[in-house]
Amino acid sequence: MNLDSMKDILAAAQREEKPLWQIIVETDMENRGVTREDSFAKMAQAWHAMLDASNSYSGKRRSASGLVGGQGEQMRAYATSGDPISGSFAAEVITEALCMGESNACMRRIVAAPTAGACGVMPAVLIPLYRRDNIPEEKMLEAMFVASGIGAVIAYRACIAGASGGCQAEIGSASAMAAGALVTLRGGTPEQVCHAVAMALKNLLGLVCDPIAGLVEVPCVKRNVIGAMNAMAAADMALAGIESRIPVDEVIDAMGDVGRRLPVEFRETALGGLAVTPTGKAVKEKMLGKRNKNRTLTIKDARWKLQRTSSSH
Amino acid sequence: MIDIFDIMGPIMVGPSSSHTAGAVRIGRMARALLGETPVRAALHLYGSFAETGVGHGTDKALIAGLLGMAPDDLSIPLSFSIAEDRGLTFTFSEIDLRDAHPNSVQMEVVGEEGSRLSMQACSVGGGRIRVNKIDGVDVNFTGDYHTLIVHNRDDRGHVADVTYALSQAKVNVANMSLHRDAKGGSAIMIIETDEPIPPLILDLLRRLPGILHITYYEKED
Repeated sequence: MNLDSMKDILAAAQREEKPLWQIIVETDMENRGVTREDSFAKMAQAWHAMLDASNSYSGKRRSASGLVGGQGEQMRAYATSGDPISGSFAAEVITEALCMGESNACMRRIVAAPTAGACGVMPAVLIPLYRRDNIPEEKMLEAMFVASGIGAVIAYRACIAGASGGCQAEIGSASAMAAGALVTLRGGTPEQVCHAVAMALKNLLGLVCDPIAGLVEVPCVKRNVIGAMNAMAAADMALAGIESRIPVDEVIDAMGDVGRRLPVEFRETALGGLAVTPTGKAVKEKMLGKRNKNRTLTIKDARWKLQRTSSSH
Repeated sequence: MIDIFDIMGPIMVGPSSSHTAGAVRIGRMARALLGETPVRAALHLYGSFAETGVGHGTDKALIAGLLGMAPDDLSIPLSFSIAEDRGLTFTFSEIDLRDAHPNSVQMEVVGEEGSRLSMQACSVGGGRIRVNKIDGVDVNFTGDYHTLIVHNRDDRGHVADVTYALSQAKVNVANMSLHRDAKGGSAIMIIETDEPIPPLILDLLRRLPGILHITYYEKED
């Protein structure tokens, strides 16, 4: 089937009496012409890459601008020795989101889910739960299939790139995917998955993409935290039986509509919001300086020539 | 139809799927189309690649791709010094390209055996790329398929010869486009296929009369 509406996926699951993840797996098998084992093996690669990224985090690394790095370590220290307001599990989720977002900014290996800028949301909710509850890997992969199906529907009906729809399309989509994965892991019904997705996305509707100096650093890393926390809240609400008054596909369409109407200044161009604050502009100036610096300092044979040349065609 | 692994993926070195992972793939594409190990490269960055390229590691990513690294290679940040060790020299500059995608690069690459390639490509988001120009001729392909690029003289029969050879090898053509600089001049066939093309068939195609040069890019998983 085509992954173009949550309603259709839900209907297929009910008609064929299969869990949501199975519908998504079968769609992948058909789409790529692969076996069930191949499909699961590829999802396992993504899961293992998330775990590797988490395990190889180091608070000593710094991003290109120097603004990002070490925050995950700070949060971890606070969470283990202090008394976090949001509780120890939520503190671990915050830590994981920061670590993953920082790793991305510091050129480490991550899993774009659905984008590199939002790579921290899924692992932030999945990894702490996996470690705490000793969940079998198979179950984690099933939840990830559900999340990817949700992401595919959002990509089809709306968008998942900040340049197309602002941060709501990146962190918002990641949060919706994570919420659906959490409900799946807790044995919620397919309807509850849909409500969780709808609520998670609604809560982040309108969020702009305004990266300082155009880099995936500020505010991107910390927005992974809000995506993860929002996913937990939406999943818990759905598991409590609370329903989204607006059906999930309509919420996704609304997100797409808001994205299309967002001024271009708020779609990854670094021309609005935090990017044009005095501090944001100062960081941009500093990065321009780095760009202009002659590269011969690092590579003897190569020269970073900065005269602007014109194309002949 | 959206591939769910474009949603849960790619597995890549950060920070940006378009500015980092896409840039690696452009470099890899250039290496594949050159058909040999690059020793010299001149890269011209346009638009957002020029504006935010340093902060996103776009420069390191392009060189990493030319060195044959994949988008998830943890050595990408070290590509400049690896290039020095392996004898690849390069220059970067900025360029104004008319009507180009904001994330574009134009490059000239020379291989160890003396082959040359001029290529313009762009990164269109999510790590996906598009090649826009090869050796001055406008083209349009993505690397989402196995891709055969045939340079030939612009006269009759070459398309039939090439596609006949492919059909004999049980290779199905998914997409095909023809480009030329002038009537009777030099022409390029871009053939995207569902199955990989066996090396034997590539050798056969190279020996066909009127075929000047062949390069082949095998799709990556």
